[in-house]
Amino acid sequence: MKTRDLAYVALFAALTAVLGLLPAIPVSALPVPITAQTLGVMLAGAVLGAKRGFLALLLFLVLVAVGLPVLAGGRGGLSVFVGPSAGFLYSWPLGALVTGLLVELLWRRLNLVTALVATVVGGIGVVYAVGIPFISLYSDAPLSAAATGSLVFVPGDLVKAVIAAVLAVAVRRAYPVIERPRQEATRP
Amino acid sequence: MLALYVPRASLLHRTPAGVKLLVLVVLGAVVFTVPTLPVAAGALAGVVLLGLLAGRLPAAVLVRQARAVAVWVVAIVAFHAVATDVLTGVTTGVRLLALVLAAAVVTATTRVTALVAVVEKVCAPLRLVGVRPARIGLAVAMALRFIPLVAERADRIREAQAARGGRVRGPRALVLLVVPLLVSVLQLAHTVGEALDARGADTA
Repeated sequence: MKTRDLAYVALFAALTAVLGLLPAIPVSALPVPITAQTLGVMLAGAVLGAKRGFLALLLFLVLVAVGLPVLAGGRGGLSVFVGPSAGFLYSWPLGALVTGLLVELLWRRLNLVTALVATVVGGIGVVYAVGIPFISLYSDAPLSAAATGSLVFVPGDLVKAVIAAVLAVAVRRAYPVIERPRQEATRP
Repeated sequence: MLALYVPRASLLHRTPAGVKLLVLVVLGAVVFTVPTLPVAAGALAGVVLLGLLAGRLPAAVLVRQARAVAVWVVAIVAFHAVATDVLTGVTTGVRLLALVLAAAVVTATTRVTALVAVVEKVCAPLRLVGVRPARIGLAVAMALRFIPLVAERADRIREAQAARGGRVRGPRALVLLVVPLLVSVLQLAHTVGEALDARGADTA
């Protein structure tokens, strides 16, 4: 991996940390305010692509694990990796990976709709597919109960997926980092 | 940047990071394979005593962590009280507290640098597939430097937008902030990567 790619990976790990510092956005008709942190998951995949996006979130988890308070609300350390909601953390690199795979696949026809598909599948689908069974296993509660409890986060996550899709399309136009495979191949 | 490490001169602080992590893993395996109240309660008592006495940590460190997961404990106990029985709920809740506090004790008694060293050591076998463990340390160092930089650039963009007047709120404000921010920091990362290569980072 080139040092430049390593810098991109470090950048999106840092960006995810900074997104955790942003004040939570209160959404009316929602009991929990949404934090911008999972936006980092979708953005890392959508801007950097599968491999670098995956590594960026993995690096972010390393920062959390070594005891830096980079999670939303100044949390961090090893405790969050053994709590009931740890599954959501573990899902983040995978979420970025899947978002990145889809964005790479749809790169040539990336628009708001296709980008939204990528951010919803990777940033919401994968995250819940890992996080909800984890809660259920951890607390000995059936899957349905864990899923119902997580439903409150869906509206906020949908808002984030739309924001991430808008950003992904804008950044692709302004500063594309994922290059077209064909262009790469024909380069001397 | 403020870490969650609590500097003290104690037995637990002197214990190698790798040993503490191993104990944490074993503890996790035990409380999950033997899900009974005495085991969970014993683990919790042991962790608290170890943290306060062998680690000389202020009680506030443990209280803060306990408070952070209090919502979960209450929710789990309440759920089991309704769905199964109170004993299962209490066991699961106590187990959760024991694990979270044990992890908090390891974090509070181990320096960030020591934990990064463990990460590099654990990743050493990846050398076989072409990953250089030293690059992990470089990535961590870069990320730590980028956090204040990204925050600073975000502030600068926000100030510039405020200076031009108009105030946008909600999700739209986030888009208007993050697009220029991303372009700016992507350029920065690109430059940093090239600068590092020019100084021989690629061969290190």
